[in-house]
Amino acid sequence: MDRRSVLKSMVMAGAAAMGAPNPLAGSTKQGQGGHGDHDFSVEGLGMLYDATLCIGCKVCMVACRESNGLELPPDTDLWYDPPDLSSEAITIIKLYEGEEGGDFSFVKRQCMHCVDPACVAACPFTAMYKAEDGVVSWDPERCVGCRYCEIGCPFNVPKFEWESRNPRIVKCQLCSHRLAEGGIPACVEECPRDAILFGTREELLEEARRRIATEPDRYHPRIYGEHEAGGTQVLYISRAGIDPGDLGLPALDDTPLPENVRNVQGILYKGMIAPLALYAALGFTIAKNRKAAREDAEEAGTVGYTPYDDDGSPPRENDR
Amino acid sequence: MSSHQDERLAAVGGPIWTPVFKVLAIVAISGVIVSLWRFWVGIGPASALTDAYPWGSWKILNVIVLTALGSGGYALALLVYVLNKGMYHPLVRTAILTSAVGYTTGVIALVVDIGRPWNMVNMARPWEWNLHSVLLEIAVCVSAYMIFLWLEMGEPIIEGWAQAKDTRLRAVARKIGPYVHKYFPWVIATAVLLPTLHQSSLGSLFLLAGPRLHPLWQTPFIPLLFLLSCYAMGYAAVVIATYLSAYVWDTDPHHRMVAKLSKVMAWVLVVFLVIRWADVLNRLSVAEIFGSGTYTWLFLIETMFLAVPGLALLSMKVRGDPGSSFRMAMIIVVGGGLYRLNAALIGFMPGDGFSYFPSVLELTITFGFVAMGIMGYLYFVKRFPILGERLPAGRTAEPGANV
Repeated sequence: MDRRSVLKSMVMAGAAAMGAPNPLAGSTKQGQGGHGDHDFSVEGLGMLYDATLCIGCKVCMVACRESNGLELPPDTDLWYDPPDLSSEAITIIKLYEGEEGGDFSFVKRQCMHCVDPACVAACPFTAMYKAEDGVVSWDPERCVGCRYCEIGCPFNVPKFEWESRNPRIVKCQLCSHRLAEGGIPACVEECPRDAILFGTREELLEEARRRIATEPDRYHPRIYGEHEAGGTQVLYISRAGIDPGDLGLPALDDTPLPENVRNVQGILYKGMIAPLALYAALGFTIAKNRKAAREDAEEAGTVGYTPYDDDGSPPRENDR
Repeated sequence: MSSHQDERLAAVGGPIWTPVFKVLAIVAISGVIVSLWRFWVGIGPASALTDAYPWGSWKILNVIVLTALGSGGYALALLVYVLNKGMYHPLVRTAILTSAVGYTTGVIALVVDIGRPWNMVNMARPWEWNLHSVLLEIAVCVSAYMIFLWLEMGEPIIEGWAQAKDTRLRAVARKIGPYVHKYFPWVIATAVLLPTLHQSSLGSLFLLAGPRLHPLWQTPFIPLLFLLSCYAMGYAAVVIATYLSAYVWDTDPHHRMVAKLSKVMAWVLVVFLVIRWADVLNRLSVAEIFGSGTYTWLFLIETMFLAVPGLALLSMKVRGDPGSSFRMAMIIVVGGGLYRLNAALIGFMPGDGFSYFPSVLELTITFGFVAMGIMGYLYFVKRFPILGERLPAGRTAEPGANV
């Protein structure tokens, strides 16, 4: 552990699990398959981004790219400054400029690791899943590349490799490869200003509240991600005068997006009762209709033919 | 319901490789070539799709809009077998054929659209399914429905075999015929249940987009509206296929049936529009409905394209006139297609600064598969008894008044 992560450990007093592998292992019942049974109240791992500390140096972007093996686009010169998240840049620093001069702030974008993620609800084959530690991850063996996760995600986070014949969905997975070895996310480790903290959502919320309470003149009172879309494990605080929700993050209400689906589909398909009842009703109605038609036909002496008409009259000549 | 022997269905006959068929073949082959190229270079170079607009013409036009047009088989089966309106039986084969070609080409387009189609093997691994995914339900139901569309042809095929010259086919028909006959109601029931589920779910897909779908289209009623729109569009497709076939090959245009079907269509549209407007008026303020710029215009145009045929076809005079009912069916296709396009693509708002319009190559694939579907229709009506018998020479079809 180098000096900086020790420092971070101190900042994150109470986050004893910091250096230990899989700090939440065993504390949740979330599994890879059947994520529909997730207990969404369980707190997962996340990050707290303090915009008041960020100086926009983009070291996090470099660290992220190196740690995740993301290649620079082939036509990159000395300066690489992607305007938005892409399959080549899964974290970026953006500059927010207020309407009046001098009013500016940086903002770091990456996967929000939602408590109840729309991408996970979308994915037909659980390729997008919430791992045991709450990290929203992607499994190449299961993904069919349908891109429904991109339709669902309100933060425009999952990115598709459009130029590849073996395309992946690429997004921040909280450096889960580093977590597995007892490390912390590369961006958190390399940030020279300690603007990004790593921990469980609970701890991070507590730290954000503490900062706002101790320095009310320095911080805007809002914590973005506390309630948005049912809560995210990546949280944002910003300096007084700038609402963190104005830093290019979407305005969302407190309802998790999958809830919109559950409210409709969940009722229609609850226990498969309605579809099965419909199926039974259809089957018996059709069987009854066919039997009646056959009997009518036999009575009329026209086996194999029934003069179907609303009023029971034989078809008129101009039907032919 | 009963055998088809007295319905005078017959193959149209004639050469397959007509000039029209050749033109369609060129369009279809172009689509196939671009599709193969897309598998080599990735989706990006072959389309205008982006991370902001990840779904474009292949999913929205080939699947979401065209399977609605391919819902004729479902919508008509519901009328004939469930509501016991057996009079429409002569249209059932036309309807099932349009469904079969519509769904088949839609599914092929879907395979071109998805980035990692080889992982579709997960369809056979139910333990990897996410039962809460609307898209999973659609994938499973659409694939199963394709199989059942062909099984629906089972009864007529067995009946055909029972009268075949080949004694072996006759033996097979005698052997499995009773079983097919016995279980056929459940085959039809499945073939009615599956589209009820997936056509409504095509709308539910966009519930997940939440605030990213414009409120004029984002509603808890979206599954019901998608279901109703598939009935209207499915019937319209059957009317168009029947009339175009009658025009081209002098087959029986079934005027009276089409006129009655138009009445059903009209009521479906009325119900659709009542629910659509009641929902919008209930959820949104007048300012939101009429002050949303382009979205307002799209909503009004879509309403107009469905209200005009809906109201016009209520009139006996309009639906009694083949020309008018044909034109109204065309308008329904446009209006219903626009509703689905709006709800699935145009009303989707991924954020400022993003836009999407399909590229030429993307549309080459889209139209390639449409052409393939039309070729399939042409082939089957020429070689199999799908349509009514050709009318005797010199006899013109009478308009189906008195409906």
